[in-house]
Amino acid sequence: MGMTMTQKILADHAGLDKVSPGQLIKAKLDMVLGNDITTPVAVKEFRKIGVNKVFDVNKIAIVPDHFTPNKDIKSAEQVKFIREFAREMGIVNFFEVGQMGVEHALLPEKGLVVPGDVVIGADSHTCTYGALGAFSTGIGSTDMAAGMATGEAWFKVPEAMKFVLKGKPGKWVSGKDIILHIIGMIGVDGALYRSMEFTGDGVAHLSMDDRFAMANMAIEAGAKNGIFEVDEKTIEYVKEHSTRQYKVYKADEDAEYVATYEIDLSQVKPTVAFPHLPSNTRTIDNVGNIKIDQVVIGSCTNGRIEDLRVAAEVLKGRKVHKDVRCIIIPATQKIWKQAMNEGLFDIFIDAGAAVSTPTCGPCLGGHMGILAKGERAVATTNRNFVGRMGHPESEIYLASPAVAAASAVLGRIGSPDEL
Amino acid sequence: MNFNLKSYMQRVEYVEVKERGKMKAQGKAIKYGDNVDTDVIIPARYLNTSDPNELAKHCMEDIDTEFVSKVQKGDIMVAGKNFGCGSSREHAPIAIKASGISCVIAETFARIFYRNAINIGLPIIECPEAAKDISDGDIVSIDFDTGKIVNVTKNKEYTGVPFPEFMQEIIASDGLIGYIKKQIGNKEA
Repeated sequence: MGMTMTQKILADHAGLDKVSPGQLIKAKLDMVLGNDITTPVAVKEFRKIGVNKVFDVNKIAIVPDHFTPNKDIKSAEQVKFIREFAREMGIVNFFEVGQMGVEHALLPEKGLVVPGDVVIGADSHTCTYGALGAFSTGIGSTDMAAGMATGEAWFKVPEAMKFVLKGKPGKWVSGKDIILHIIGMIGVDGALYRSMEFTGDGVAHLSMDDRFAMANMAIEAGAKNGIFEVDEKTIEYVKEHSTRQYKVYKADEDAEYVATYEIDLSQVKPTVAFPHLPSNTRTIDNVGNIKIDQVVIGSCTNGRIEDLRVAAEVLKGRKVHKDVRCIIIPATQKIWKQAMNEGLFDIFIDAGAAVSTPTCGPCLGGHMGILAKGERAVATTNRNFVGRMGHPESEIYLASPAVAAASAVLGRIGSPDEL
Repeated sequence: MNFNLKSYMQRVEYVEVKERGKMKAQGKAIKYGDNVDTDVIIPARYLNTSDPNELAKHCMEDIDTEFVSKVQKGDIMVAGKNFGCGSSREHAPIAIKASGISCVIAETFARIFYRNAINIGLPIIECPEAAKDISDGDIVSIDFDTGKIVNVTKNKEYTGVPFPEFMQEIIASDGLIGYIKKQIGNKEA
């Protein structure tokens, strides 16, 4: 029996010719990531191990992005604590406010992840880098500490689910709609402990930003990782961003999948996840009349340049509804500058939207757009759990940048076609 | 079946030690449904600290405002499918542990939470039968040597899914950090 992409990458990093689902292995790590919430706990655990240096100063990335720019004194203390650790250890990839971005938009952009890598991150959305044909997965702070000390992590080799994407998505249908469609289909634990492998001729019609958004939300189906087959677009992206050596892994013809789904992208409609689970999806024609108070366009899922371009296309010459606050958060400094130079900020500001510096901010109810009791938001983020963006009685509707921007104008959840 | 949870449990101070070293927990069940996510276990607004006692003050508050006042040392949290889904925050098992919960029984656990719980020493047992059958308020006792779960109130017994051998090693090493320390020690020796 052959191996899947994920299994091959793991086998190579474990120094084995072959691995099988369920096998427990120890794999070498190409990158260990943490943020301002998870790294403080990791540093405390790291100190307990009793080593005085990290395994490789170039293979650790620390990105204070959740509560930054520091939202309060306690957050400032946490960042100070990890900044001092990074300095002491000589960690090269510590990204300060002014150079930083939302971690999962930042690492690929900085060329820190390439195809074939094994990456762990103390942030559940670390699975984003599967878009590059890397194995990457979220872990906790203690695993991060162990990874920083040893350069290794243990994994249970996952079973795989195959998603064969066919055809071309329609206008206003993005990677976000496709992944929401899939999560709606299989449920929030539909891929629990498994890898989601995306393949098929439809992949060619998806931009890298679409793929990042899809791999990013694999965790919302419970998956260990999501991974795309590497093609010319991937290689072009990697060459543009990184000088590192990469390795392309392809699944064997006879690789085993516990389930295979064929998805005709031309049939996928703009999709919205209703409160309080990402699997609670409805297509845009079935949303009804839901009035909203806030729109957030940003995050590690949808804060990239294409997302902002689509939002601008929808908002151009229009006004944000008088009852709505529209907050736009470019995910990195580079994306921010690009959006500024392309004139997107003129469009946003003329429409009456606010543009923020990069931060995870409102996505996790941290700052920069918290919801009051009873308020509703349409967000391009990844989770709509109870209380995620603020008050436990507020509501989050997950959608694409196109639907979010259109909803900002309409004052209710709706499609750009309604404008 | 060998659960090998002894050393794991030694770190849980409130677990009763009975009959010469037998590790057991007994407490009242506090029951929740499916897909209890880490955002409700500990909302992100409290993540500007990692102090376990501070985190415990807000444990579960977005789905159960009573939890913090009603939980007693040794109580057992029981839930449905996909417990601990969402964010990778280790603060979630830390908050549950610091609140006094002695064990979480669920139909299934989300994978990052599962890893984190083992790594920090929050006992968890996957047992669909127990998770479905136990009602809120039932008195439940757990024998960590055998993996047997007894519902004292309903006079019923269930058996959990055992940990794989490799994970038992981590547990026997007092968590992942202890395991790594041992490995590093072995290399140097």
